[in-house]
Amino acid sequence: MASPYRMKNAKFKVYRGNASEGQEVEYTVPVEEGMVVLDAIHYIQKNQAPDLAVRWNCKAAKCGSCSAEVNGKPKLMCKSRLDDFNLDEEINVRPMKSFPIIKDLACDVSWNYEVNKKIKPFTPKENTNWIMKQRDVDRVQEFRKCIECFACQNVCHVIRDHDLKPKFAGPRFFVRVAGLEMHPLDAADRLSDLKNDMGIGFCNITKCCTEVCPEDIHITDNAIIPLKERIVDKYYDPFKMIFRKIFGMQ
Amino acid sequence: MLDRFEIHEHDVLVIGAGGAGLRAAIEASANGVSVGLVCKSLLGKAHTVMAEGGIAAALANVDKEDSWQTHFTDTMFGGKYINNFKMAELHAKEAPERVHELEHWGAVFDRTNEGKILQRAFGGHKYKRLSHVGDRTGLEMIRTLQDKGVHMGIDVYMECTVTKLLKDGDRISGAFGYWRETGKFVIFKAKSVVLATGGMGKMYKITSNSWEYTADGQALAYNAGAELIDCEFIQFHPTGMIWPPGVSGILVTEAVRGEGGTLTNNKGERFMERYDPKLMDLSTRDVVARAIYTENKEGRGSVHGGAYLDISHKGADYVKKKLPSMYHQFKDLADVDITKGPMEVGPTCHYSMGGVRVEAETAMSCVPGLFAAGEVAGGMHGANRLGGNSLSDLVVFGRRAGLYASEFAKKNSQAKINEKEIESSEKEVISFFENSGENPYAVHMDLQDLMQANVGIFRTENDIQKAINGLSKLKEKAKKVKIEGSRMYNPGWHMAYDLQNMIMYSEAIARSAIQRKESRGAHSRIDYPDPNPDDATWTSLIKLGTNGEMVVGKAPVIPMSKELKEVLKNDEGRVSKYSNLLK
Ligand SMILES: Cc1cc2nc3c(=O)[nH]c(=O)nc-3n(C[C@H](O)[C@H](O)[C@H](O)COP(=O)(O)OP(=O)(O)OC[C@H]3O[C@@H](n4cnc5c(N)ncnc54)[C@H](O)[C@@H]3O)c2cc1C
Ligand code: SF4
Ligand code: SF4
Ligand code: FES
Repeated sequence: MASPYRMKNAKFKVYRGNASEGQEVEYTVPVEEGMVVLDAIHYIQKNQAPDLAVRWNCKAAKCGSCSAEVNGKPKLMCKSRLDDFNLDEEINVRPMKSFPIIKDLACDVSWNYEVNKKIKPFTPKENTNWIMKQRDVDRVQEFRKCIECFACQNVCHVIRDHDLKPKFAGPRFFVRVAGLEMHPLDAADRLSDLKNDMGIGFCNITKCCTEVCPEDIHITDNAIIPLKERIVDKYYDPFKMIFRKIFGMQ
Repeated sequence: MLDRFEIHEHDVLVIGAGGAGLRAAIEASANGVSVGLVCKSLLGKAHTVMAEGGIAAALANVDKEDSWQTHFTDTMFGGKYINNFKMAELHAKEAPERVHELEHWGAVFDRTNEGKILQRAFGGHKYKRLSHVGDRTGLEMIRTLQDKGVHMGIDVYMECTVTKLLKDGDRISGAFGYWRETGKFVIFKAKSVVLATGGMGKMYKITSNSWEYTADGQALAYNAGAELIDCEFIQFHPTGMIWPPGVSGILVTEAVRGEGGTLTNNKGERFMERYDPKLMDLSTRDVVARAIYTENKEGRGSVHGGAYLDISHKGADYVKKKLPSMYHQFKDLADVDITKGPMEVGPTCHYSMGGVRVEAETAMSCVPGLFAAGEVAGGMHGANRLGGNSLSDLVVFGRRAGLYASEFAKKNSQAKINEKEIESSEKEVISFFENSGENPYAVHMDLQDLMQANVGIFRTENDIQKAINGLSKLKEKAKKVKIEGSRMYNPGWHMAYDLQNMIMYSEAIARSAIQRKESRGAHSRIDYPDPNPDDATWTSLIKLGTNGEMVVGKAPVIPMSKELKEVLKNDEGRVSKYSNLLK
């Protein structure tokens, strides 16, 4: 197969530097058929800048390591094909904006791991026989597809523009909680945590998170909105509240 | 002198946070000791996350006839009877309990109609045996273990590379490493250490493995005096992507064939008929990889030098439901719609059957206090691993390693940290900054070319010797590679260190391969094309000699118990082709 790309070059502008100082550096990369942005970054690393910092593992959109902002949009670099870009223009690659930069394309995502620790773990119902129908776990499996690329965290304005990190867990962790809350055999209650510590109320359903999810998880419609509804039912629905009072339910 | 270092102290230090490391850490922690867990990547990004097809365990949810005995029999046939029998037995017996345990910790596997864990067919497994979640089983497993682990008070040290195991005399005393972010050094003191660092495929040019797979754990163990076995057995997975060039090597899960996918050549023939008429496309990986290679050599390969793999007859809905990540992988990366037509696939370096020699029950190596589990350990899979048997191996032996490492830590005090060892470890890793040799990436590419060409799927005495000679030259070059930039998050520097490990293990592969003058499982010698049953009594043994040279020898295969022999009796025809063990 003759390749129309063989002779072509692509121009990249890659952020080089740390949290306090840095600049975009220009690199030229020869283009091969089927090449992705991560291939170009690796080419630069091998041939022009061996100390260029970048995270990656699977190169197949399965591990969520290689998130970056390509031309200002959050992307997995291993999934961003060069033929989707206009190669007459420079391709700009920067680290995710919402997290502190460590070096070049690597940023400090440790905050996410701290949030995760605080989520109540899976707590199975007592004496269950572990029978679950496929249709009852389809939704939970959707949430469990999350590869923790943190693109949704990066793009959510509550984190990105308002930096409410200490008060807001972010879409990734609403997805995680939804996966637990909707697990047919889970017995724990995380609604008050969601409302208070995880700040689900700050989310105003802009759906930006859903748009960038590489796993096509319907973060807003399937996770966040149903969770918000459950909170409303529990805390604000007067009938249900009276019901709870009379019958002494939680 | 040690004051200038950051020091952490734990009863048990687990190196590696894939399935094996996480399971070990959970068990040790549950056993009441303090646990540190170190990994090179972020938590949750280890290779385990990429596993697709499933985890093998004789649950008998789909095929009621299945039993541990059949799983054991299949594993032994897959490994061509040089597996550590005891490990294969423990694995077959304990895997079902470990899978149920994952479910109890929150894993959500695909379901049967009755609502039990669903199981699919896979190469070399007689019955439908692989529990799975579509084609992202590894993600389910690592997330489950990770979320279990973070609530147990385990201290996790992410993006930290261990470069040396520390010893006090014979005994393990801890580990030395650097933070990838800052390049600063760190010392871990521990009463026992579990190695769970995974595999080694990065010395091959075409591989399904990530940057992490540079044989670190194998080299750490070797340098600490542990023995390596079965290094000649490298699994080339028959179905990696081959086109476009950037994706070559990326895995195409065996689940495609498990779900009914078929292989054809450029004449449209189902060529597996000629290589394994009984198991066909679901033959063991060594056989299918050789078949694809041979079809190409004889001019019947696909356009880009592989074979065609087609699942489109199953219908778009089915394919998207059962193989969603394969669907996206081909669509996004290769512009191929696998619900409409075939994929192109070819062999890719995938898994290392060999590794650290351990005791089956405890997972301890010959170095007191040093344990190993998961892909870094050898013995369980013999000459060839069956698909799905790795994920189960991780949890079965990860648990055992964690249990016995914590028992060891309870019985023993902290051994001393040897300051001289620290000084030399530090020098070793920093020395590269003073060099003036080649770029480490260039040396790495030379290594990949050398290994791919000479110690690949088919081997000859001449080629392997060529590799051994080439490796001794590369070893010198690798010592002198030149590093640019600072110690902060510097992949070039990291590569310089990783190269030493890859070259060490490449030599172990080559020296073991030249010693085995027969073909068995994944080791195919053109000059000795048949298995020799007499060679089923030993495994290759590699260790560090007193003058720093690599010593190659043989270790006896442990004798099989009477009960296990009884189990294999039903399979006598297949056994006797490879081994005299039933005679
Ligand atoms: C694409 C793909 C698909 C697969 N599919 C399947 C499947 O369907 N079924 C199956 O059974 N098997 C499958 N396998 C094989 C299986 O996934 C691996 O063998 C297994 O996950 C290895 O697990 P592990 O715990 O031993 O190591 P890993 O999961 O690789 O973890 C290794 C850990 O060690 C750390 N580490 C390494 N070196 C150092 C160091 N020097 N210092 C500190 N930390 C270090 C790494 O950071 C990592 O955390 C697949 C493999 C691949 C590549
Ligand atoms: S929908 Fe909510 S969580 Fe998602 S980006 Fe918008 S505000 Fe953030
Ligand atoms: S929910 Fe989607 S975007 Fe968010 S971390 Fe998970 S995979 Fe990434
Ligand atoms: S490298 Fe794994 S998602 Fe890109």
